[in-house]
Amino acid sequence: MINVGAIKEGYVLDHIQAGMALQIYNDLNLKSFQNCPIAIITNVSSKTMGRKDILKVECPIGTIDLDVLGFLDHNITVNVIENETIVEKKKLQLPKQIKNVIQCKNPRCITSIEQELDQIFYLSNEEKEIYRCKYCDEKYRSHKRNKLN
Amino acid sequence: MRHLMSPLDFSVEELDKLLSLAADIEKNPAKYAHKCDGKILATCFYEPSTRTRLSFESAMLRLGGQVLGFSEAGSSSAAKGESVSDTIRVISCYADICAIRHPKEGAPLVGSTKSLIPIINAGDGGHQHPTQTLTDLLTIKQKKGRLDNITIGLCGDLKFGRTVHSLIQALVRYSNVKFVLISPEELKLPSYIKEEVLDANKVSYKEVERMEDVMDSLDILYMTRIQKERFFNEEEYLRMKGFYILDEAKMKLAKEDMIVMHPLPRVNEISVNVDNDPRACYFDQAQYGVYVRMALILTLLEVEV
Repeated sequence: MINVGAIKEGYVLDHIQAGMALQIYNDLNLKSFQNCPIAIITNVSSKTMGRKDILKVECPIGTIDLDVLGFLDHNITVNVIENETIVEKKKLQLPKQIKNVIQCKNPRCITSIEQELDQIFYLSNEEKEIYRCKYCDEKYRSHKRNKLN
Repeated sequence: MRHLMSPLDFSVEELDKLLSLAADIEKNPAKYAHKCDGKILATCFYEPSTRTRLSFESAMLRLGGQVLGFSEAGSSSAAKGESVSDTIRVISCYADICAIRHPKEGAPLVGSTKSLIPIINAGDGGHQHPTQTLTDLLTIKQKKGRLDNITIGLCGDLKFGRTVHSLIQALVRYSNVKFVLISPEELKLPSYIKEEVLDANKVSYKEVERMEDVMDSLDILYMTRIQKERFFNEEEYLRMKGFYILDEAKMKLAKEDMIVMHPLPRVNEISVNVDNDPRACYFDQAQYGVYVRMALILTLLEVEV
């Protein structure tokens, strides 16, 4: 077992699908957290998932966009850490709308040419986790689903 | 202030009101001839669509208003690289209401975000064309007297035809509407429309390949054009183009009060011999398009009628 030190304040993102931690790291833009120690742990044994990834981020509470995380994979467990103790386990939900997280891939969409236009997607089907572009209604599915399919 | 981006922007009650107004305009055109005196409609067409543009302009002129605009992107500031939202923000200083046609999907929605005046989506790529749907609904209402309890056959290109997709979305809101989807295997209705619109609303439908097998069951036959620009090779287009041709022989199989609709333009899918059949409604449909656009302009401008 690898030992990664405890964090004083920040988040432990647990139950990330194995192999997806780096993707989550990129999508949460964690590389911009320049003074924050971050551990990316992949392929850890898990009773429920077989293998899983974990992200440990030492940072002030409130700096990670949980809406974005909910969109990326709402099955991730978010442990909020203060004084080296878990003070809260947050349940993620699929956000109703996400802004500037993903880009519309439809070449016929106005987002492909309009300057400085926010990329906005809305949740069109909660059960199937389907998001659609606000402008052209093109379908986009979460990473988890993309991987499963 | 309201805009019209999708046919579903109006509730069923609001649609009823709009269609009743359009019907009254048809009956009493003189009553509405000066309702928009002093008002200006801007038609901003970033791609040519003469029929839709002229229908909008005719609607505004018949209300006593005036029109200005452009009919292709090359003659607008888009050629200089201006954004849609900037162009529409400026045009909203010149006009009272604006109809936008744009090849990019969602462009009218972007235009509406900074506009000071009501924006009407006059077609955005393969996405939405709400005034065509309003036209179709008015035609059905006027010709059949109802929008519920109907069996409608949709024939031809059901895969790419946005008018068909929008019409289905609009009609599932009425009770006991049955759909008969007539198309070749290659041009069947996309599964997402079946799942998210038809199945989700528990609407019954059946899919067939041969028009002749279902003609006698239909109250409405909605024909569509096989669009050349949707095909990658000429051979496949030519094969599909000849797949469905409505002629006098097929019309003999239909009910006496069935109506034939088509968003036009047609190529060869309806024989010209059918034009004289009293059940052929596609030219009336074009006329209803003007009435429904008149009603829409009055509604969005909040003109008292």
